Amino acid sequence: MTSILELHRLSKTFRGGIVAVDNLSLDIREGEYLTMLGPSGCGKTTTLRMIGGFEYPDAGSVMLDGRDVTNDPPYSRPVNMMFQDFALFPHMTAEENIGYGLKIAGVGKAPTTERVRAMLDMIELPGMGARFPSELSVGQQQRVALARALVNNPRILLLDEPMSALDAKLKESMQVELRHIHDRVGITFVMVTHDQTEAMIMSDRIMVMHAGRIEQIGTPTDLYDHPRTAYVAEFLGASNMIPATIRRDGGEVVACAGSMSLRLDRNTGDSGTRSLFVRPEKIRLVSREGAAGEESSTFSGTVKELFFSGNMVRIDLDVGAERPVIVHRQLDTELAAAGLPGVGDTVTCAVSPEALKLFDTAEVAAMKAEEAAA
Amino acid sequence: MKPRTRQVLNFWSLFTGPALWWGTVLLVPYLMMLAISFYTRQFPFHVPDFQFGNYITLIADSQYFTVLLRSLWIALAVSVTAFFLSYPLAYFLAFKVRSNRLRLFLYTAAIVPLWVSYLLRAYTWKTILGSEGILNSFLMWIGVINEPSTIFLYNQGAMVVTMAYIFTPFMVMPIYASLEKIPVSLIEASKDLGAPRFTTFRKITLPLSMPGVLAGFTFTFGLSIGDFISPILVGGPYSNMIANVVATQFGMAMNWPLGSALGVVLLVIVLGIITASDKLERVGRINLG
Repeated sequence: MTSILELHRLSKTFRGGIVAVDNLSLDIREGEYLTMLGPSGCGKTTTLRMIGGFEYPDAGSVMLDGRDVTNDPPYSRPVNMMFQDFALFPHMTAEENIGYGLKIAGVGKAPTTERVRAMLDMIELPGMGARFPSELSVGQQQRVALARALVNNPRILLLDEPMSALDAKLKESMQVELRHIHDRVGITFVMVTHDQTEAMIMSDRIMVMHAGRIEQIGTPTDLYDHPRTAYVAEFLGASNMIPATIRRDGGEVVACAGSMSLRLDRNTGDSGTRSLFVRPEKIRLVSREGAAGEESSTFSGTVKELFFSGNMVRIDLDVGAERPVIVHRQLDTELAAAGLPGVGDTVTCAVSPEALKLFDTAEVAAMKAEEAAA
Repeated sequence: MKPRTRQVLNFWSLFTGPALWWGTVLLVPYLMMLAISFYTRQFPFHVPDFQFGNYITLIADSQYFTVLLRSLWIALAVSVTAFFLSYPLAYFLAFKVRSNRLRLFLYTAAIVPLWVSYLLRAYTWKTILGSEGILNSFLMWIGVINEPSTIFLYNQGAMVVTMAYIFTPFMVMPIYASLEKIPVSLIEASKDLGAPRFTTFRKITLPLSMPGVLAGFTFTFGLSIGDFISPILVGGPYSNMIANVVATQFGMAMNWPLGSALGVVLLVIVLGIITASDKLERVGRINLG
């Protein structure tokens, strides 16, 4: 795939010496849905705003279709933005809002009317064009903002936290719809969000940012299953991060924490004290769900707490390690038939070597300290 | 005590004061003025009557009509001048000044003259525009003129300048308040959609600040059309405004009925302006939502 936008060693420091973006390079591919993910203050919004022309970098360049647009104002680059607060013009109707870009571009009246009508159909608000933003619901306002940003057929659509104003139900349906609209119009979407679920649902690729730098970039499954850093592992989804001692035992490598002794991949080069990472849903309950595969190791723990959330249950197991092991299980018919364990019960679990990963303990400690400070 | 009795008691214990105030110093005088405007003059005083002779005099006698037109024209000139002085200042404060402290300082500096006596401020312009004044001294110093000029003071221009200076705060405040409310994202969105700075100003910023502009115009127009001091201090001959004529009629001329009729006309003009600006603002507000 060809790249549509290249960010080359971008840096931006705000007044007061706050480094927002630090030497960031990125290639965005034509037609993809890329999400910049990270906590507030990680530099994702600043990066987006530099692509849109609302901020100018101190160093580095922004190349759009091979053309240097680094210092171009917003009105002279073919990039449009959907703002977090939607930024609909309150003194214009939905139609006038959507048609604003066309009017400025000097498109005639008849083609404008036609295009605006087509956009209203696309966002499923036909006949609502004469309403003012104040007469529309939040969800409708968002659709109008989307139509307004797409009406000029931009090379790239920027989305700044598009779902933050919506309630949970509406958010879910808009996520699907926005994804569909992306696939239909074929325009490159670049979104900023702090919501990891949203990022995974919607994106072709996710770029996890931390302190102005790219932590990791890849497909959602890539990032979820193969996080390169403890930061990414913790930020995306739920995770267990347990201090463990790594031992070599003949041909095998084993991680020990509390009463657990788990077999790792044979090629693991680490040794000493490490943070053992495992996703809560990769741990099976052997006593309820039957035996695991050959390579798996088993361990047992005492149920400390149970959290029921409809289709899921979270079990906190005490294994004598520094912190409890968290297990997530889907409440399918099998598990329902076998019955859930109660608090104080001892259960046997299994986990396969592929599900285990080791991170540097110091790195995890630094991350935890940063979280606590924030 | 019954709830109803308590409510009535509460109501009147709170509103007796304001009602008395409103009635005795506002309603009664207005009604008296309206009544006297229909009286007949009978030197040295007047007798109760109901006739329109005073109003007919105002229209038929060209000197009154001229004063009325002049007042309207000067009030308009003052408002327009104040607008062109105030809008850029308010815009600069709302969008260009980044530091909150600096913004507060500049805003206060623009507003603070309101706390100084009106008379004193109007008088100041005499020392600026007069033949011995600062302006003349400056022009002579830079060599533009050789001897003091008298063209700056004692004319309508001097009145407009003086009143524009005095009433500018009333224009700055509402415009700043309306500009400050405009979210920056609207301006960014307009630029994002292809509109350069000036187009964005014309299509987004200016329309959204119209309520403030209207409020400012209402203030400055209403205040300057009834002004009485600047014609005396810095206006020369041919600078009488309605308020001066009203004063003369009540004073030297001892013609209260005619003075009252003029007062009623002035009141109607000001009420008309307030109503019109309120209507216009309502139209805007539907759009603003």
